[in-house]
Amino acid sequence: MSTPLLHVQDLKVHFPVRGGLLKRTIGAVRAVDGVSLSIAAGETLGLVGESGCGKSTLGKAIVRLSSPQAGRIVFDGHDITHASQAKIRPLRRDLQMIFQDPSESLNSRQSVRSILEEPFIVHGLGTPRERQQWVNELLERVGLPSASADKYPFEFSGGQRQRIGIARAIALKPKLIICDEPVSALDVSVQSQVLNLMLELQQEMGLSYLFIAHDLAVVKHISDRIAVMYLGKIVELASSEELYRNPRHAYTKALLSAIPVARPGHQKQRILLEGDVPSPINPPAGSAFGHRINHPRYAETMGMDLSLKEIAPDHWVAADPCCLSEEDYALCQSLP
Amino acid sequence: MRIESTKEVRVSETLLKVDRLITAFDTDAGLLRAVDEVSFEVRRGQTLGIVGESGCGKSVTAMSIVKLLPQPSGRILDGSIRFKDRDLVHASGAEMRKIRGNEIGVIFQEPMTALNPSHTIGKQLCECFLLHKPMSRKEAWQASVEMLQLVRIPAPEQRMHDYPHQLSGGMRQRIVIALAMACRPDLIIADEPTTALDVTVQAQILELIKEQQQALNSAMILITHDLGVIAETCDEVVVMYGGRVVEKAPVEEIFRAPRHAYTKGLLASMPHLDTPPKTMLPVIPGMVESLQNFVRGCRFCQRLQRQGTSTLERPAFVEISPHHWVEACPLCVDSL
Ligand SMILES: Nc1ncnc2c1ncn2[C@@H]1O[C@H](COP(=O)(O)OP(=O)(O)OP(=O)(O)O)[C@@H](O)[C@H]1O
Ligand SMILES: Nc1ncnc2c1ncn2[C@@H]1O[C@H](COP(=O)(O)OP(=O)(O)OP(=O)(O)O)[C@@H](O)[C@H]1O
Ligand SMILES: [Mg+2]
Ligand SMILES: [Mg+2]
Repeated sequence: MSTPLLHVQDLKVHFPVRGGLLKRTIGAVRAVDGVSLSIAAGETLGLVGESGCGKSTLGKAIVRLSSPQAGRIVFDGHDITHASQAKIRPLRRDLQMIFQDPSESLNSRQSVRSILEEPFIVHGLGTPRERQQWVNELLERVGLPSASADKYPFEFSGGQRQRIGIARAIALKPKLIICDEPVSALDVSVQSQVLNLMLELQQEMGLSYLFIAHDLAVVKHISDRIAVMYLGKIVELASSEELYRNPRHAYTKALLSAIPVARPGHQKQRILLEGDVPSPINPPAGSAFGHRINHPRYAETMGMDLSLKEIAPDHWVAADPCCLSEEDYALCQSLP
Repeated sequence: MRIESTKEVRVSETLLKVDRLITAFDTDAGLLRAVDEVSFEVRRGQTLGIVGESGCGKSVTAMSIVKLLPQPSGRILDGSIRFKDRDLVHASGAEMRKIRGNEIGVIFQEPMTALNPSHTIGKQLCECFLLHKPMSRKEAWQASVEMLQLVRIPAPEQRMHDYPHQLSGGMRQRIVIALAMACRPDLIIADEPTTALDVTVQAQILELIKEQQQALNSAMILITHDLGVIAETCDEVVVMYGGRVVEKAPVEEIFRAPRHAYTKGLLASMPHLDTPPKTMLPVIPGMVESLQNFVRGCRFCQRLQRQGTSTLERPAFVEISPHHWVEACPLCVDSL
C-alpha cells in the first residue's frame, strides 16, 4: 500500500481530573486511549460512536488543537505529534477542521466576509480584489447568497452558519478536512446539498475526509470505510458496505439497530443497551462494553489484549469475548 | 380493552394554540417577517413535529412562544399565542420568567447558548429548581444529580462540578434536556434536541421524553430535520417553508401521502441506508430566498423560478382531507 495521507498510531489524549481541597490531579479522563487509523488520499473515513466516546477529541488532536499524551500523528509525511504551532501553521492550509457547534467556532464580531477572507490573509494570498472574488465564489459554492458577505454570523439560522464554517474550511483547498458532525445541524435538503458538495469537492480536488457523525445513513452514504469507536478505542473498522451488511461487534450491532426509520408505525427490533454509559474517568479495566452489559465473561477480559484483528479481508474487530459471537471470537484467536 | 393512545390524543385538551402568528425582525432592509401567519395547536399528550429547511422560521416560531426573541430587533407583530388560559403575546417579562422553565421547558438548538460557560452545571441545575420550586439547597442538589442520572450522564456526582466546556457535545445537549425537564413542565419545546446525540443515546432520550410525557400528560413541540425521528416520535407534523406552514397532517399521512411539492422534495432528499454510496442525492432545486426578497404568493414557486400568477397572491390554506391541511398552490399541489 502507498503511504497514507494521514497515519495515526496508538494515540492517547487524556485530560486531568482535579479534585479535593487543593485541586490536585486525582485522575484522568482517558478521552482517546490508544487509537490507530490511517486515511488515504481521496478517501473518506467515517467515525461513529456513542456520545462522549472521544470522537471530537480525536479530531481536535489530529489538527493539533490539543496535544496528545502518547502516540504518533503523521500527516503528509510530516510527524506533527509534538510540532509547535509555528511548525504547524504552513500545514494548516492542507489540514482543516469543520466544527460540531458552529457558534463555538465562528467569531460573532466578524462579518462573513472577514471570516472567509481570513485564511487567505493569514497565508498571504491574493489582492483585496481577488479575495473579494474568492469570497463570493465560496459563498456560491456552499449555497449562500452573495449578499451574505456583509452580514454577521448571528443573523443566520443554525444551518446557514454551518455552511459558513464549511466555506471557511474549503477556502484554501486543503488535502484533509476533519469534519466533526458537519451536517448534524442541517436539515435534510441542505444536508444532501452539503453531502453532494463534499463528494464533488472530493472528486475535483482529491480531498480526504475524516467524517465524524452519528447519522448512520449519512455516514454510510459518504464513507469508504467506517471506524466504530467505543470509550476511547476503535472497536470495529471495515468498508462501509461490509460494516452494515455484516457487523461483528455487539456495540456496532446495537448502533445499527437504533437508527430511526422514516416510516411511521414501523416496528423494528431494537437492541436497547442496558446499563450506564461508561465514564472515561477511571474506565473499567477490562472490556468497556462487556462491563456495561454485565457480560459473564467480563472478568476474563481484565488485562487481556483486546486489539483489532482482521477477521475478514479489511474487516477489523476487537478480539473481545464479551462483544463477539463465540464463532467470531474463536476465529479472532486463531489469527496472528 | 385498552384505548389506543393515539385516539385519546385527538380528544384531549388543547394546551397551546398559536393563531396567525407574525414575527418580524427590524433590519437595515426594513421590518422583515421571519414567521408569517403561522397557526397550529398542541394538545396534552401530543407531540407536534415541525420540519422545514434551515431558515424557514422554526426556531423563531419557538422563540416567539417563550418570548425569547433576539432583542431589540425581534418582535411579534400580530397573532395570538394561547397557553392554557393565558395570552402569551401580551404576558409581561415577569410572567414569562415564571412560565419558562416551570410550565414550558425549552431545549435550545445550540447547547452552548443555553448554558452559562462560567457556572458549573450543578449550579445551573440547582438554580432552576430553586427559582421555581420550594426546595432547600440540599434538596435541589439531590434533585439535580437525579436529573443527570435520568439523562444518562455517567458519573453524575462528579459531573456536577464540571463547566460546560469540559463536556462533550452530546453531554451538553443532555444537560440542556435535563434543565428543560427539571420542573416537569406541561409543554416542552425541543429545538433539535437530539442532533448532537448518537443514535443509541438518542433512542434512550426520546424514550425518556416520551415516558415523561405520558406520566405527566404533557405535550411537546419537536423541531428536527431528522425525518426518522419525526416518524418515530410525532403524532402530527407541520411543514414550514419561507416562514409559512405549507402542509400540516397526522404523521402517517405526511409520509404516506404528502401533497405539497415541497414536502415531497424534503422526503426524497433524505439518504437511506439503501441509497447507493457516494452518489449524488436528490436535492430541492434553487435556494431559499432571503427574507427581504420573499414574494406575497407561493414561495416555493418563487424558489423554482416559476413564472406566472402563483407568486402574486398568497394561496389559501385548505383542509384537503380530514386533518390534512395544505397551502393550496395549484402548481405545487396535484389534483386540488
Ligand atoms: N436576529 C436576527 N436578525 C435578523 N434575522 C434573523 C435573526 N434571527 C433569525 N433571523 C432570520 O429569520 C429566519 C428564520 O430563522 P430561524 O432561526 O427560525 O430558522 P430555522 O428554521 O430554525 O433554521 P435552522 O434549521 O437552520 O435552525 C432566517 O431567515 C434568519 O436569517
Ligand atoms: N477540555 C476538556 N477537559 C476535560 N475533559 C474533556 C475536555 N474535552 C473533552 N473532555 C472529555 O473527553 C470525553 C470525550 O469527549 P469528546 O468531546 O471527544 O466526545 P465525542 O465522542 O465527540 O462526543 P459527542 O458525540 O457527544 O460530541 C468526554 O468524557 C469529555 O467530557
Ligand atoms: Mg463531539
Ligand atoms: Mg433553528
